Amino acid sequence: MENQIPNRLEPFFENIAFERDDNRMVINMGPQHPSAHGQLRLILELDGERVAKVVPCVGYMHRGMEKMAENMIYNEFIPTTDRMDYVAASSNNYGFALVVEKLIDIKVPRRAEIIRMMLLELNRISSHLLWLATHALDVGAMTIFLYAFREREYVLDLIEDYCGARLTHSSIRIGGVPLDLPTGWTKQLEAFCEKFPKDIDDYEGLLTKNRIWKMRLEGVGVVTAEQAKSWGCTGVILRGSGIEWDLRKEEPYALYDEVDFDVPVAKAGDSYARYLLYMEEMRQSVRILKQLIRLYEESEPGIIADVPRYISAPKEQIMTQNYALMQHFVLVTQGMRPPKGEVYVATESPKGELGFYINSQGDPYPYRLKVRAPSFFHCGFYQEWMVGEYLADVVTIIGNSNIILGEIDR
Amino acid sequence: MRQFTPKDNVQKKAYFTDRFRIQPSIPKHKVETNETFQKQLEALKAYVEPLDTYIEANQWVIWIKPEENKQTLEAMKAIGYENLSELSAVDFIAQKQGFEVFYQLLSMCHHTRARVKCFVPQNETLQSVESVYKSANWAEREMYDMFGILIENHPYMKRILMPDDWHGHPLLKTYPLLGDEAAQWYEIDTLFGKEYRDVVGPEQRDPARVDLEDTTNFVRIRHEVPKGASYANTPIEQEYQEEEGVFGVKKVRKAQTKTLKERR
Repeated sequence: MENQIPNRLEPFFENIAFERDDNRMVINMGPQHPSAHGQLRLILELDGERVAKVVPCVGYMHRGMEKMAENMIYNEFIPTTDRMDYVAASSNNYGFALVVEKLIDIKVPRRAEIIRMMLLELNRISSHLLWLATHALDVGAMTIFLYAFREREYVLDLIEDYCGARLTHSSIRIGGVPLDLPTGWTKQLEAFCEKFPKDIDDYEGLLTKNRIWKMRLEGVGVVTAEQAKSWGCTGVILRGSGIEWDLRKEEPYALYDEVDFDVPVAKAGDSYARYLLYMEEMRQSVRILKQLIRLYEESEPGIIADVPRYISAPKEQIMTQNYALMQHFVLVTQGMRPPKGEVYVATESPKGELGFYINSQGDPYPYRLKVRAPSFFHCGFYQEWMVGEYLADVVTIIGNSNIILGEIDR
Repeated sequence: MRQFTPKDNVQKKAYFTDRFRIQPSIPKHKVETNETFQKQLEALKAYVEPLDTYIEANQWVIWIKPEENKQTLEAMKAIGYENLSELSAVDFIAQKQGFEVFYQLLSMCHHTRARVKCFVPQNETLQSVESVYKSANWAEREMYDMFGILIENHPYMKRILMPDDWHGHPLLKTYPLLGDEAAQWYEIDTLFGKEYRDVVGPEQRDPARVDLEDTTNFVRIRHEVPKGASYANTPIEQEYQEEEGVFGVKKVRKAQTKTLKERR
């Protein structure tokens, strides 16, 4: 061990600070904590059993994605977006593809929109199932974890059959989707849509009237409408406090204005109300999926936009026509050059409003790309949200707010 | 001749641009073309006078003076923009010695989105809007962390994503993608001290460092050898159990496997 360099680290007992004038205790929770759902550190100041002050610390998984985006051509960035909200990767792919499509102002073929929506809704179900499983596990219900993961496996199988990946899908391209659905895929999806509502009934049977579940969730982590608006909360947290705002309804993208679905809203604003919303959202996703199967069968083939200036032509054209091949070569080696300007487009990801801001100076690389991650703002809200709650309920709030650290740190 | 590399923007750039290329732009429309935005603009003019205003990609853009940011956002909140979705900056130090800061707003009652923009010269501070929209609390911290734009009257002005003792602001155009010198030696400097940089050396600095050239013939499974060594060119049967067998485990041969048509 003669090569060992002595390090400067000194033992630091950060967990407990007993000696304080105001008789409060400061404890450190995380960054390695099983219910932190990633690398989240909370510094909690406790007044007895209640939380008096919270300082959330993030950044343990900062990978500099916005910096990376500035050094990549637009198509190159899609696999990186997978790594933001990694339990619903397609929704990030879609958010990014949509903002670039808005920037270059193109229209996506109908069948591509339908396939994208199928993927988005499957991702929503898979994300909500993971949320339910881990949240229930944190609060103390072990069975539901196994049940939810069983059904999540069916969703992941469907996604895997489509794009070959289970976690980091990269299943959406700028201008459309890479592949049409495989043969028999809609049959499998239909079978899943028949089966899944019964499984949701099972979860609800286990939880909705469960006394322990209700005691842990009811009245815990109440969010008022004012707080939700001011702190930039979106998604289920916003709808849980009585504001009916779902971007799929309010600013419809893809074909969300052609399918029927309801947006569940609750008034109570507590964790239990949000739990009920998540369950209802899964039912609505199944409803959308069923309609999409019908729309898919009626749609014309054609899965990528025909804009050779920005998007490579279909393979047949590239292999047969000289000019298409030249354009494809330029698009691959140099990348597309969108017009100069700036756009911000938001989509409803399973976590809330996922927005992408692009400032383009006309180069193949975005001059600035900013990701508006819903979890970032939800995590910032902890500073006010957790104050006055019991220490045990901190875990409920973390689980219930459905944050993903990959998205917060980016 | 040595190629000139600009120091003020070290990000990746297009290696070739056609000199006859005409750069298109997203069209900017006048606010008068949209009735809702026109009404909102008239309401806003009671509070502040915008420097410039237009509609870009269906969103209302308002340019203001940087010292009027809080006043403008208060006015926007009064008009109906109750939600601050996002706030950040764009580095234009190389072109015009400053940053473009934008505040992305959402009005749920009018179903419109607006972007308030201001130009902040380098080394100048900006007022915090945390008292108007709480969501600015973390967003402003992130903007400071990434660009070094100091915010006045912020309740907790501290870095958020990078460590507190980090040197430099990563999203500046002058900051290289793989980090500057301080970033590359960050772990060594904090763990052992600067004087140990030479002892550790650049090879040992990064635990994730991969030497791409240390072995050869890696594409053929089980034929990879250290660089320079010779390798046998005999085919190896790719099955995953040794001939003697493992206790209690039955050997599976490729020929004996079968594929299920449907999941059970």
